[in-house]
This record gives sequence, structure tokens and C-alpha cells, in this order.
Amino acid sequence: MEDNITIKVENLYKIFGPNPKKAFPMIQEGKDRSEILAKTGNVVAVRGVSFEIKKKETFVIMGLSGSGKSTLIRCINRLIEPTDGEIFVNGKDITKIDKEQLREMRRYTLSMVFQHFGLLPHRSVVNNVEFGLEISGMEKDERNKKAMAAIELVGLKGYENSTPDELSGGMQQRVGLARALANDPEVLLMDEAFSALDPLIRNQMQDELIELQAKMHKTIVFITHDLDEALKLGDRILILGPDGTARQLGTPEEILSDPADDYVAKFVEKVDKTKVITVASIMRKPPVVTVPKDGPGAASRTMEKHGISSIFVVDSERYLKGLARIDDTVKLHKKKEKDLEPVLIQDLYTAYEDTPVSDLLGTALATKYPIAVIDKDYKFKGIVDRAAIINEVNDDTEDLESPMHFREMEENISNGDSEQEGAK
Amino acid sequence: MDSVTLHKIFDIGGVFESVIDWLTENFEVIFDFIADVIDALLTGFFNLLIFPHPFIMIVLFTALAWWIAKRGVGIFTLVGFFLIYAMNLWEATMETLALVLTSVIIAIVIAIPIGIWASKKDTVEAIVRPILDFMQTLPAFVYLIPAVLFFRLGAVPGVVATLIFSMPPAVRLTNLGIRQVPKEIKEASISFGATGRQMLLKAELPVALPTIMAGVNQTIMLALSMVVIAGMIGAGGLGNEVLKGITQLKIDLGFESGIAIVILAIFLDRVTQALGVATQKQ
Repeated sequence: MEDNITIKVENLYKIFGPNPKKAFPMIQEGKDRSEILAKTGNVVAVRGVSFEIKKKETFVIMGLSGSGKSTLIRCINRLIEPTDGEIFVNGKDITKIDKEQLREMRRYTLSMVFQHFGLLPHRSVVNNVEFGLEISGMEKDERNKKAMAAIELVGLKGYENSTPDELSGGMQQRVGLARALANDPEVLLMDEAFSALDPLIRNQMQDELIELQAKMHKTIVFITHDLDEALKLGDRILILGPDGTARQLGTPEEILSDPADDYVAKFVEKVDKTKVITVASIMRKPPVVTVPKDGPGAASRTMEKHGISSIFVVDSERYLKGLARIDDTVKLHKKKEKDLEPVLIQDLYTAYEDTPVSDLLGTALATKYPIAVIDKDYKFKGIVDRAAIINEVNDDTEDLESPMHFREMEENISNGDSEQEGAK
Repeated sequence: MDSVTLHKIFDIGGVFESVIDWLTENFEVIFDFIADVIDALLTGFFNLLIFPHPFIMIVLFTALAWWIAKRGVGIFTLVGFFLIYAMNLWEATMETLALVLTSVIIAIVIAIPIGIWASKKDTVEAIVRPILDFMQTLPAFVYLIPAVLFFRLGAVPGVVATLIFSMPPAVRLTNLGIRQVPKEIKEASISFGATGRQMLLKAELPVALPTIMAGVNQTIMLALSMVVIAGMIGAGGLGNEVLKGITQLKIDLGFESGIAIVILAIFLDRVTQALGVATQKQ
């Protein structure tokens, strides 16, 4: 097996029921789940799924309820015994190892985080986090030290002596995460780990998982029913169909741009419609000052007329030059200066018309000025007010990638676009 | 029409009798051993309870009730136990308490492992459940018969009848408590590589403890009621006093013993219930 593969699942089947073997011929014939259930009384939960998980990647398995995703992840550490197929963890077929080896694997290689946390209510946070180490027989002092380190890692320092029922859901799941991290496993199995949390906390936990992963480089298997979560966390995503088969495996980009079948396409479509509001819908066209024909005097007058304290400055090709503030233009005007250039503020943020509004929230909170909207040719299209962004994203505090900074953009232009250069 | 005499078609009672006879003849050594163990425990508890002056014991009981339960229970214990002392029923009450303690301890030692086993294996549960149903529907007096046959009269058969009679709730609630441990807690312990024993001791039993304690509370209450009935076979204690009240028409003694039993019952119930709540909080 290749070195960079941590988990390899091959042709995995899980059939629940009195006589799983009976179901196989019907599966071969391509009969669907309900028919097999009616005929044999068996439920086909996972149906011939194969995939490989690379070392240190975040691998998301996505599906709706009944798609067999929770069964699938439980087959990896054999909380559920697979009916057929092979699962290799670091090259070892875990469906064939004995109880002792399996326990070793669970203690040192695979750790699991649960949807409803699965914490022990009678134990304090630190004793919960110690659980896995205690099971493997580590000395009290040593495991306490490791547990405290894990607690600090997930940001729960100071809560180590609380009991789980004193903590909020998000904090309880941090305990679950710390417990899984305490024995420094190679693989983290996360079963709908954030699904029981409210959306705000869920988002925050996702961000923190991304940050943690940047530090820890674990192999993460993450189960979710939420495509947004899958797209945000996954290096690669496996989409399971409602019949327990694998439908598509790919990067978020591949899944969004090239859905493998109608089922996946339907998912992706829903996301586009409901989740993504772009800048274009909240952009407005403000008055601008055009250089070189307008100087400080014209700029001051326009701002006074519209009752604004700053104004965007473009050239005759509508290429964005910067932002002028009214106090500066008035000063220049009094000194009888003709050129606006010296007072232009270029420390601005820009966005494209198709930038999702949710991406701009962090910027809106950071900047004092409106965000300029430009097109792919760097021409000024309009502005987005901070208030409009915050208004639009009032239920969503995520701060994804920052939009391009104006200075960087300018460098791109001067390096690449001679026509714009000439127009200056 | 005197020719109509009814005969039993199956002589179940006769079969039972011959089984009992066979057992008493062939397993005398075992029964003697059991009797010795019970007798030793009983005597030990009784001496422990009766040795200090009643006032010292009243203070100890009060402190225990106050500490485990609430102040109100403590005050009740103080007044109630003093009343028992004042009614000159102290020795009988302590004898009853010793009978209850002995029966309950043995009952729990047997019941909890059975409960655990039943929670792990569906077949065991399927077998144990109807037996428990049978045990709980059988009239309490019936338990006295085999106890007397095996152990003759006295305190020992009283304890045996009591422990059998009071065992079912502890078995049931141990089984239930462990089965009700959330699936994810069980999965979590398995997923971290726990052995069956580790899972039981570190996860299942602690999580199920409040439910198990509720079962123990029930067992204690049943034991108390049975110990009184066991007075009929000479088990001694308050049951004996009640019996005297009935057979000799001593209304005053019967009433006073009744009050003493109620006081003891409330004390035991409140303290063990509070113990259950405490385990839940912890």
C-alpha cells in the first residue's frame, strides 16, 4: 500500500438484520433497499463503498439520514462489525485483527468524537479527558499532565474541575474533542461532531477545528449531513446516496463545479440558492470624483452636496484611484492646490460583484470606509456600505478569506496590464 | 351424592414437597453453612447496634440522617428514635434493623451481579424476568414455608425468606439502570479501547448508580415489611411484638410496635433516597 494512505476502505457492506447473507444476491441484482427489506427483513445500510483517506487530510463523509454515514464511520473502529469488505488502517486489515489488537488500535490510533458528546456525567472535565489514557493504563500523574495539555489546546483551561452538566453544548464538545486528542491518536473519527450545536457555535467550532488541524495535522474523518459544513472543512468529500452507496468523491471545488449525478447536483444547487448572496445585490452606485478633470474644489462640493464625508476617486477609464476625505480636500482647496493625488487614501478593501456577502463581514468590521466593488478589469462599479453587509449577514459571523487588498491589486495591475498603465 | 370426591389430577404440591425433602436430606451441609453465615452476620449487627447506650445510638442515627438527608429528617430521627426508646421497644427495633441489614446486604450481593448479567445478555433477562414476576406476585407468607423447611424456626429462616422476597427490585433496577446508560457513553468507552470490565466499572455502573440506588431503596423497604411478617416464624424483633399484639389481643403493644415500624421505615427510606440523590449529583 502507498505510504500516504492512512485508511483504505474496500467494497464495504453493512447489512443489519436476521440473515445478511440472504440480501447479497438481491444486491447483485440491483434491487433497492425497500425491496430487500420486504423480501428478506434485512436493511442494507452501507452498500459497496470504497475509498482511500490520505494521511493528514480532512476527509468528510456527507449524506442525509439513512445514507449509512454513521454506520460507515463505526465500521472503521468496529463499533459496528462490517458484513463484508475490507478496511485497512495503516495497511492493517482491521476486519481481521483479534480483540487485543483491536483494543490497541482504538487506544493509540483511532479516537472518536460523538454527536451527543458521550461524556461521563459523574466525572469532572479533566477526568473525562483522561478517560482514554486511564483505560490504556497510564500513570495518574502522566495522564493528568496530558489531559491538561489537551484541555488547554481546545480552550477549556479553567474549567477542568467542572462537571459536564455545568457546561454549554459547545464546551461539552470541546471536552469530547480534548478526550479524543489526549492520547495523541493518528486518526480522529468525528461523527456529526457539531450537529447538535446551535449554528453560531457550530461555525465557531468549525473554525477552531480548522485552526487546530493546521497545528496538529491529524487524519480526520468527519461525518456530516450539512453540505456547507462539508465544503468548509473537507479537503475531500465523499457523498453518500440515500441507498447507502457512494455517489461522488472529490474536492469541494470538484463537487460544486462538476456534480457526478442528479442527486449530488440537487444538493449543490440548493446550497447556491439559499446560502450565497453576492455583493451585487447590496451594491449601490455613489457619486464619484474623476481625475484629472476634478480637483479638490469639485470633490469638496460633491461631498457637501450629497452630505457624505468621503468620496471614491476614479480616472477617466473608471479605474479606482483611491478615496478622498472631505477634511483633506477642503484643506487642499484653501491652499489652492489643483491635484487630489497627495491626499488619496489607498488603504482600501475591494470586492467583486460575485463575492459572497458573508465573506465580507470580517472586512466590514475591520475597515472604516465603504468597500469598493470592482470588475475583473479593475474598473470601479460601486460601493458596499458596512451597514448593508452587517444587515445582510446578521446571523452569520464567519470570517472566511479576506477580499483582495487594494494595494495588492494595484501591484497586479502595474505588473500585468499595460493598457491600464497607459490610461493613467 | 357423596360419591363426588374431587382429586387432584397433578399433585404439584406433592412434587414440591418431595423436592424439598430430597434437598434437605442431601444438602444439609450446605444449608448448615448458609445458616452459620447468616447467623454470624445477624449476631454481629445486633451486637453492634445494641452494645452502645441507646442515647449514643440515637445521636448517631440523627447525625447520619442529618448529614445524608436533610435537617428535617435528622430532627424526625431524633424524636422518632427517642419515642421508640420511650416505648421500651429499643431492643426489638434494633433486632429488626439487624434483620433488615443482614437480609439486604445478602440480597444486594446476589441481586446486583444478576442484574448486571441480565443487562448484558438478553437471554438471561428473558429467563430472569418471569422468575422475578413470579417472586413478586407470590404472597409474602409463602416464602416462609421453604425457609422453615430448610432452616427450621428462628431468625435465620426469617432472613432467608426476607432476602428472597426483597431481591427483585434490586435485580430489576440494576438491569434497567445499565440498559439505560446512553448508547454514546457505551460507544465512547468501547471506542477508547475499554475492556468489558473497564466499561462496566468506569462507565456503566457509575452512570447507572442512581437507578441502582433506587432499587436498593425498594429492597430495603420490602425487607422491612417482610421482617415483620417473619415474626410469625420466630424471627424476633418488632414482628414478634406485633404478633404478640395480635395473638394475645394486646392492643397497646400492637399499636406501639406499629409506630416503631413506621418510624424505622421512614428513617430507612429517607436516608437511602437521599443517598440515591447524592450519587446522582456526584
